Amino acid sequence: MSLDVAKIKLDFPILERKVHDKRLVYLDSASSSEKPTAVLDAMDHLYRTSYANVHRGVYTIADESTQAYEAARAKVARFIKARQTEEIVFVRNATEAINLVAYTWGRTNLHEGDVVVLSEMEHHANIVPWLMLAEERGIVLRWIPLTADFRLDLTSIGELLRGAKLLAITAMSNVLGTINDIGPLARAAHAAGALVLVDASQAAPHLSIDVQDWDADFVAITAHKMLGPSGIGALWARRELLEAMPPFLGGGEMIRDVRKDGFTTNDVPWKFEAGTPAIAEAIGFGAAVEYLEALGMDDVRSHEVELTRYTLDALDDRLGEKITIYGPRDVAVRGGAISFLFEGIHAHDISQVLDEDAVCVRAGHHCAKPLMRVLGVPATTRASFYVYNDQADADALVEALAKAEKFFAP
Amino acid sequence: MPGLEDLYREIILDHYRSPRNRGELPTPPAHKSEGFNPLCGDEVVLYLVVEGDKVVDVKIGGQGCSISQASTSMMSAAVKGKTLAEARQLISAFKALMSIHESKLEGESDGADLQAELDGVALGDLEALQGVVKFPVRIKCATLAWNTLQQGLDEVSVPS
Repeated sequence: MSLDVAKIKLDFPILERKVHDKRLVYLDSASSSEKPTAVLDAMDHLYRTSYANVHRGVYTIADESTQAYEAARAKVARFIKARQTEEIVFVRNATEAINLVAYTWGRTNLHEGDVVVLSEMEHHANIVPWLMLAEERGIVLRWIPLTADFRLDLTSIGELLRGAKLLAITAMSNVLGTINDIGPLARAAHAAGALVLVDASQAAPHLSIDVQDWDADFVAITAHKMLGPSGIGALWARRELLEAMPPFLGGGEMIRDVRKDGFTTNDVPWKFEAGTPAIAEAIGFGAAVEYLEALGMDDVRSHEVELTRYTLDALDDRLGEKITIYGPRDVAVRGGAISFLFEGIHAHDISQVLDEDAVCVRAGHHCAKPLMRVLGVPATTRASFYVYNDQADADALVEALAKAEKFFAP
Repeated sequence: MPGLEDLYREIILDHYRSPRNRGELPTPPAHKSEGFNPLCGDEVVLYLVVEGDKVVDVKIGGQGCSISQASTSMMSAAVKGKTLAEARQLISAFKALMSIHESKLEGESDGADLQAELDGVALGDLEALQGVVKFPVRIKCATLAWNTLQQGLDEVSVPS
């Protein structure tokens, strides 16, 4: 493996703890990742040495806080290859980033009958904001279907995109693991006159992403899935779009001037950052992307490819007849989220038995109910990997599953 | 630390593997009610045939984890042939078994009210589900069937 996982594990204090006297095997990073000491220290350091509100005080520590906050923005911009730091708007999470686009760009540009194209593998975060606009003003949603091997079925993409105003699509499915090739899709959307929003919640933690290469217009990312704290994420959008969009929340920071009869807005990105932001969390986010850059995103990716291949093979060998995997088998087109159905055992029971061995997996519909309906399953178990997982973790998963099978055997 | 054996008692696994009263009934005369747990996707379908003040037939359907489906099976066996009043008493007793304080705020109870609900009610197999209390996340799995029953009884009790 291209990452020194034994060394990486030492950077994550939580991995030292025991659950039920067993070593913690954390396989739910697609839901939320654990945090390295570098992130915890960056946040702690701010609170202990420089904490003050940002963009307001003249005094030294207020300036230090502001500098650190804005430096974090620059780090996030660099991480996703944004041309300008000001194209990064700090938000709470990817859900808020997508809602921000729906509320501001959407409510300005989408009207009755306008088409938004989604895929069947979207997370609720990239479905419900558009359903809300469908209810509110009658926009029309079209759905890119899936192929038998859990990839996008692009046979009718031209038709789906015809006349569309927006393509809103995930770069990596949180259920299937499928990686979508955004570049060609975005170019097809642009050719059809649509803008492109990419939900990169799952992709940003695991792939080297480049918003220019993608040719995207909006990209949503969230820190807590990429080693950063919860409560902070980012919306990237092309500057001219951000400038044309009306503000989102109103309040302090987002204004240039306020009179009794009106207000003018601040420059981007601050125009979209009303109120005191999540200062320490933004700084933690910056530390997280620095940590990932130090590992090298290409190595992060190749580690995950190897571990996913190893796990898929091990599941096949040990439990092949019992397990149905929902996701591509080709590790070149998938990430490290492995969703499966265990014959005769419900996902919640699997998860419960695995917890006995301190193996943490997600069970349920993974906030992707339309996808679950397409797959025809009520719930799946999902194991997902990140930089701190190794083959021993995959082995622990397989062993615990074999134990579950025994436990529930008739 | 509570072990898996506390949760998955043999009688529970038996009801999960061989659910009682599984099937459908024509509506009417049966009344159909459905319960969902949107968080985990568990689903309970309940057909009740009530004649006079008696539950004369019950069929169940749905899908979900072993706890939700076993609880549904046990519930169907427990209420079949009972009067509406007895069925409601079973609901209260089962919720008491799950340590659900219906009428009091959390922390207010000394447990006496729960014991009162349980006194004089024969729970039989259902007592096997008591181990679920040690796994708070799973209590909602066990109660789904009973909430669906309550909903069904409320609906059939409304004079049409």
